[in-house]
Amino acid sequence: MLAQALLLQLGYNATLVALGSAALGLAAGATGTFLFLRKRALVADAVSHATLPGLALAFMLMVALGGDGRSLAGLMAGSALSAWLGLLSVSWLTRHTRLAEDAAIGAVLSVFFGFGIVLLTVVQTLSAGRQAGLESFLLGSTAGMLFSDALLIASGGLAVLACALALRRPLLLVAFDSGYAETQGINVHRMDLAIMTLVMAITVVGLKVVGLILIVALLIIPAATARFWSNRADRVVLLAGLFGGLSGYIGAAISATAPGLPTGPIIVLVSFAFFVASLLLAPGRGLLSAALRHRAYQRQVHLRQGLLALAQSHPVYEARTRRILRRAGLMRADGVPTSSGHSHAAAALRDENRWQALRSSAHLSELSARDDGLTLILDVLTPDQIAELDNRISAQPKVVS
Amino acid sequence: MGAEFVILSLAPLLIGTFAAVACALPGNFLLLRRQSLIGDAISHVVLPGIVVAFLVTGHSTTWPMMLGAAGAALVSVVLIETIRRLGRVDAGAAMGVIFTSMFAAGVLLLEQSDTSSVHLDVEHALYGNLESLIWLEASGWGSLLDPVALRALPPELTRMALTLLVVSLFTWGFWRPLKLATFDEGFARTLGIPVQLISLGLVVTAAIAAVAAFDAVGSIIVIAMFICPPATARMMTNRLAAQIWWSVAFAVLSAVLGYVLAGYGPLWFGGSNAVSAAGMIATVSGLMLAVVAAIGPHRTA
Repeated sequence: MLAQALLLQLGYNATLVALGSAALGLAAGATGTFLFLRKRALVADAVSHATLPGLALAFMLMVALGGDGRSLAGLMAGSALSAWLGLLSVSWLTRHTRLAEDAAIGAVLSVFFGFGIVLLTVVQTLSAGRQAGLESFLLGSTAGMLFSDALLIASGGLAVLACALALRRPLLLVAFDSGYAETQGINVHRMDLAIMTLVMAITVVGLKVVGLILIVALLIIPAATARFWSNRADRVVLLAGLFGGLSGYIGAAISATAPGLPTGPIIVLVSFAFFVASLLLAPGRGLLSAALRHRAYQRQVHLRQGLLALAQSHPVYEARTRRILRRAGLMRADGVPTSSGHSHAAAALRDENRWQALRSSAHLSELSARDDGLTLILDVLTPDQIAELDNRISAQPKVVS
Repeated sequence: MGAEFVILSLAPLLIGTFAAVACALPGNFLLLRRQSLIGDAISHVVLPGIVVAFLVTGHSTTWPMMLGAAGAALVSVVLIETIRRLGRVDAGAAMGVIFTSMFAAGVLLLEQSDTSSVHLDVEHALYGNLESLIWLEASGWGSLLDPVALRALPPELTRMALTLLVVSLFTWGFWRPLKLATFDEGFARTLGIPVQLISLGLVVTAAIAAVAAFDAVGSIIVIAMFICPPATARMMTNRLAAQIWWSVAFAVLSAVLGYVLAGYGPLWFGGSNAVSAAGMIATVSGLMLAVVAAIGPHRTA
């Protein structure tokens, strides 16, 4: 069933929804990255909640003009207008009052949303007996999506994506170092406004599919996911688009397989699954690779200390060190070094002695900062420098024993 | 202002007011610590908590649901901290990841389970049912002295009053350490104040207020009251004590004015049906914020 859904064979509506959601996810993921890197992820929450009053007002206006008020384009225009107003309010409150941005976000979010709820109850009384269905925009609803709706969502999403990609250089510059961007002649305030305008556009486009409460997830989660996989901004943007698009596509497919699987929440949960998988498994920043790195480091330290002990004929008591030495075939069970253990231990001791000699050398001692107890001196010095150290060692009385 | 008012409006007015003040009190400290959006996050994550509690117990009794909500709030705080620390994700984004995902899980659970027999749906969670908390047994102001009628008061009223008491006691009892830890954490630590504990206590208090208010009035009032009255008060004064009193005044005013406007406003304009009280209370608090942001004495510093 899921395979069928993923191959777009569950009927016309499911196919439309899957393609529309994929386009939306792709655009939201890539656009959200700029917001994420600018560390203003939650402004999107205010913007998306602020769409509600515009949605209701647009509906009322269209009904007053004699329509049935359900044209998606009209509703989108109304919600864009009020989201824009919400965005300006956040920006004004942060710039012209003492309130911090988080307070401004919370205030705009709750007040616009509250006012939207008031208008929704007005709509309900106006259209008594006739379902306006505006509530479906809270959590999204893909049942009965029209071809024109899907087209509008996909093309809107791709248009936003194109704008974001066209502006990527100044946007990234502002995100990473707004002070430097300013010296380069970039208007930081205008770029911030540009990011937020793109975010607003995504919100409006995504209303139908994921709804205004959860759209913020599609902007934040793919970007946070992609960040685990790369340190390069352009790749993060690409990967976020990929994760977003996949979440949209897979989520829509899953939701088409059974009733009671609402599209919006499923898409969000799929993207969250990607996030958790990346948090655990991503190379470099993932938890698993960090744990492995830590273990490998510990092993190196134990090995080195064990070899030095063997070289000086000290007994090795530490259980883990013994285990590591035995597994590496350097020590027998009774604590006696094997022949390869002898040679490795001698090498370790020689390395240690050379480092000590380096510290008292006049012109090489500044390299002693590289001595972390694990780095081999062979990787730091040239052969002739080592020969020089060896001369110093043999000239001195022996350091050990 | 006769019997009809006592039956239909007295209880919701009081519940709305208590909820508003209970949220505004911790909101002041959250605002100053730049943690305002905790209220936003908590009010999203209580949905899965409530649904899980319902699925476990099988009916919609209050205490399991409140426990479920509180549990979910705790889980979310732990998760946010975990991915912030372990994944090195910025705090705002970590919050956004967790609360949207948990809310989505809540909606999914709700859709998957058979909750048609009880009053449990997303809209209820968002904007509560303040208007339905009426006091049927009352016959007039005299009922306030009638023990039989008093016993039939909506249970939300008692719960909200208790919550307000707890929150006020916390604010009053820990006033000095709270104030110090909020304004100068380093100094507070040198005085031996357990800063971490105070900070945790504040979040727990906020969660208690949010969960109790959520049950009675829906999440939209919770978010609005956590932020709007304290933010408005912040632009009225530079003194913390005065700010708290201002915020209480703004919260009460929003609740009363919002409820009255929602219930009677449409009638004045020739309408016949009331509009959402929760939404109107949030709207009124926003209007007050807008006015003070434009003309308040301390709007910039």
